[in-house]
Amino acid sequence: MGKHVLLVEDEINIIEAIRFLLSREGWQVDTHSDGATALAMIRDMRPDLVVLDYMLPGKSGLDILTELRADPEFTSLPVLMLTARGQSRDREMAEKAGVSRFMTKPFSNTEVMTAVRDLVQLAQ
Amino acid sequence: MASINQLVAVSLGYVAFLFAIAFFAERAAVRGRGGWLRSPLVYTLSLSIYCTAWTFYGAVGYAARSGMEFVTIYLGPSLVMIGWWWALRKLVRIGRVHRATSVADLISARYGKSNLLASVVTVMAVIGVTPYIALQLQSVTLSLSIFSPPETAGSLNQFQAAFWVAFGLAIFTVLFGTRNLNANERHDGVVIAIAVEAVVKLVALLAVGIFVVWGIAGGIGPMMDRIDSSPIGEWNMDRSRWVALTALSAAAFLALPRMFQVMVVENEDERHLQIASWAFPLYLMLMSLFVVPIAVIGLDLLPAGSNPDLFVLTVPLAEGRVGLATLSFLGGFSSATSMVIVATLALSTMVSNHVVMPVWLNARAEGAQVSGDVRDVVILSRRASILMIIGLGYLYYRFSGGGAALAAIGLISFVGVAQFLPAMFGGIFWRGATRWGALAGLLVGFAVWVFCSLLPSFGPGTVLSVATFDGGLWGLGWLRPQALFGIEGIDPTVHAVVWSLTLNITAFVAVSLVTFPDPLERLQGAQFVNVFDHSTQARGWDAALATSEDLMIMSQRILGADEAQRLFRAEANRQGMPGQLPEPTQGFLQHLERELAASVGAATAHAMISQLVGGASVSVQDLMAVADESAQILEYSNQLEAKSAELTQTAGKLREANEKLTALSVQKDAFLSQISHELRTPMTSIRSFSEILRDTEGLGQVEKTKYASIIHGEAIRLTRLLDDLLDLSVLENGQVNLNLETGKLGDVLEQAVMATQAGPSGALTIRRRHVNEGVMLSTDLDRLSQVFINLISNAQKYCDADAPRLDIDVRDGAGRTEVAFHDNGTPIAAEAHALIFEKFARLNDQDGSGAGLGLAICREIMTRLGGDITYHAEAAGNTFVVHLPAQAA
Repeated sequence: MGKHVLLVEDEINIIEAIRFLLSREGWQVDTHSDGATALAMIRDMRPDLVVLDYMLPGKSGLDILTELRADPEFTSLPVLMLTARGQSRDREMAEKAGVSRFMTKPFSNTEVMTAVRDLVQLAQ
Repeated sequence: MASINQLVAVSLGYVAFLFAIAFFAERAAVRGRGGWLRSPLVYTLSLSIYCTAWTFYGAVGYAARSGMEFVTIYLGPSLVMIGWWWALRKLVRIGRVHRATSVADLISARYGKSNLLASVVTVMAVIGVTPYIALQLQSVTLSLSIFSPPETAGSLNQFQAAFWVAFGLAIFTVLFGTRNLNANERHDGVVIAIAVEAVVKLVALLAVGIFVVWGIAGGIGPMMDRIDSSPIGEWNMDRSRWVALTALSAAAFLALPRMFQVMVVENEDERHLQIASWAFPLYLMLMSLFVVPIAVIGLDLLPAGSNPDLFVLTVPLAEGRVGLATLSFLGGFSSATSMVIVATLALSTMVSNHVVMPVWLNARAEGAQVSGDVRDVVILSRRASILMIIGLGYLYYRFSGGGAALAAIGLISFVGVAQFLPAMFGGIFWRGATRWGALAGLLVGFAVWVFCSLLPSFGPGTVLSVATFDGGLWGLGWLRPQALFGIEGIDPTVHAVVWSLTLNITAFVAVSLVTFPDPLERLQGAQFVNVFDHSTQARGWDAALATSEDLMIMSQRILGADEAQRLFRAEANRQGMPGQLPEPTQGFLQHLERELAASVGAATAHAMISQLVGGASVSVQDLMAVADESAQILEYSNQLEAKSAELTQTAGKLREANEKLTALSVQKDAFLSQISHELRTPMTSIRSFSEILRDTEGLGQVEKTKYASIIHGEAIRLTRLLDDLLDLSVLENGQVNLNLETGKLGDVLEQAVMATQAGPSGALTIRRRHVNEGVMLSTDLDRLSQVFINLISNAQKYCDADAPRLDIDVRDGAGRTEVAFHDNGTPIAAEAHALIFEKFARLNDQDGSGAGLGLAICREIMTRLGGDITYHAEAAGNTFVVHLPAQAA
């Protein structure tokens, strides 16, 4: 089965790191940096997993998630959200919007990979 | 001869009897069966406290010494009573309407409720009445000494006896007068007791008189013969003394605190005055009927040198009539006790209301718990005042030597209290009288009295030196206490009366004419002078003309709906009417007027009810009083409005401050959130790549180098961010030290351009026009350079033109040198213009290397340097203009 992830993130170096980690585990990694068009990208690519940054240019990760969950086709798509803003309120908002897993930057690589594996197993 | 012990036992028994009467009278009053207590007869008899031991014993002595002159002491009060319609009626009415509790209260109320005036009157009254109390002590002591000859072993000397008499009287008064406290300061028990004492003293004096005329002289005919042949029959009338003494006793009758107490405060019904107006002169006539016969027989019968003040006792004793002498003793005792009780009660009320309570209330300014404990304080202060006043009387007796004739001492007090008269009656009859006038008159009159009457009474060499007596105060001949202004040869009493009252009235009128009353004073003055026009008791309402509905509507407007309804419902209940509205009876209208008066003032309340009832027209005086009240209310409401405006302003300021704080707090949260993001982002890369380097085996050299340089770059980015943050913080806090130097603008620009070329500069072309770069600057050149570097490197990073270009142009803008940085990149979106210089306003950050603090720092620096930085969007490109500080140009 294809392990296809879409990474929506605007920080080049972070994209680089996550791409490295996921490709090593056999994932097909696509990346996208623009919030405004991210939703169309997800619909288009239909990945198995979305890694979504909270703060994106154009449209915030939270808004993207909210719209995504409004679409019945994507209610159970695993979404791992990352944020660099250290506020507990953000976590609450994301959980309300239906995030699958929420992590604060900086993360440990093991942590991210464990979360990714968990999410995919859960989805299957 | 009756022993002293028997006499003391009789006195104590008599006191116990008075107590019982007082007790039962008060109980009857409480149970509402005390109507008889307040009959005109009791009122008339209570007025007889005017007749003290001085009158009882002293009148005979006076007659023995000065013939018929003693009559003046009765004549004055009789004239006042007979002419009650003109003066007394008004005094009683005012006292009742304004609920005056004492002379001090009345005077203070008239002059704008001035407590200063009240306390001055109080002090004067205490001092003025002190000789009078001493007089009572002296007479009781003297009368006791008759029964206990000094040679008897174990007898007390006169001062010891006087002390015990004083002590007994004090206890008696405390027990009698301060057992309870009434709002109206009335004492039913005391009044009935002094009425009984009035009867006892009259009966005693009449008994002695009858015994003397019929028992000793043998009838009226022989008595008249003996009078004709005695020296008393040959008296010469000193006109000035007669006029002065009659006027004086009339004045004292009106102004004595104890007379005010029984005449005004204890008055139940004004109609009693009408009966007392003939009954009291009759009483006085009976009291004086046998004075001359007793004096004549005493002079005949007793050895020369006997004290004529004691003839009332010594004549019966000389005839062996111990029972009659004992009755006579009780008469004198009654006179003394009734006077002391009422006088000290009246004075203690004044002392406690006008001296102790104001001080006490001031001392504990919170004054919130005005309930039980205040009552205790009032009672305590009254009791202490009673002890103090009687103590003063004793001291006066002690230091005046206790030897002077009774009448002389009494006259000193009379002159003292007569000083109240101008302020009292001036205030009642003259609207122009003012507080300062009253105060001036009182103080001047009092000073003259002290100097000409009180101090000389101790005798030369006691308080006033002999030199002062003979040569005048401070050696000034015109300041001799008994020959003021060098006018000699006048009788000392007449001298004191004439000078004290003349100067008193002069000061009162003169100062009143030159000072202006305040509004409250004017209002009170009008109400006092026109008491018969305003007072509610006098003029009833024609009840039939009023409708309850109208009254209700008006009352609701003034008292508020709840309060008015409560008042009307209570009255309806009382009348036994169903529902809310009572009959508008006379009584209810008066009650309502008082309630309204509490809110809007007496005059306004009166005028309002007049309008509704329709019967009475509103007079010009009414309107004047209403206007006075309205002015006061208006002033008060203006003050309230000012206060309220002030409060609104304060509230507005507080709201503003609160909004600012809230905004600051929101800004602070946003800032912290931004900082967190800016710090965590590079740290994420650093952590992730360092873990990759650590955990991944067999990583190629190329990757290793690549990842290590990412870590390195992000570390630098973090450091730069922290530097920027600290720099900004220092700039914002104003802690920055400017390093002033002088240099050429061109050199600073050159330095900045050089600095930006050090790194990978990309394709940016910088074009400078060197025309104006020669301007000399005197500012912090390093900081200025920092601004230039920021602008150039921003252009390097963000200029997205195919051939990125930056034009640096120095120009002269309205006297201040400007440096414009123009690039040919995409203009910043209009909606973002306002945010350009805000912290973390990264508008178009693609490579993420800037933290968004650069322009914020530039603006802070330029502000510190005294210049400015602005942004201008162009058709093609962006322009940042650095305005150099004016003094630097």
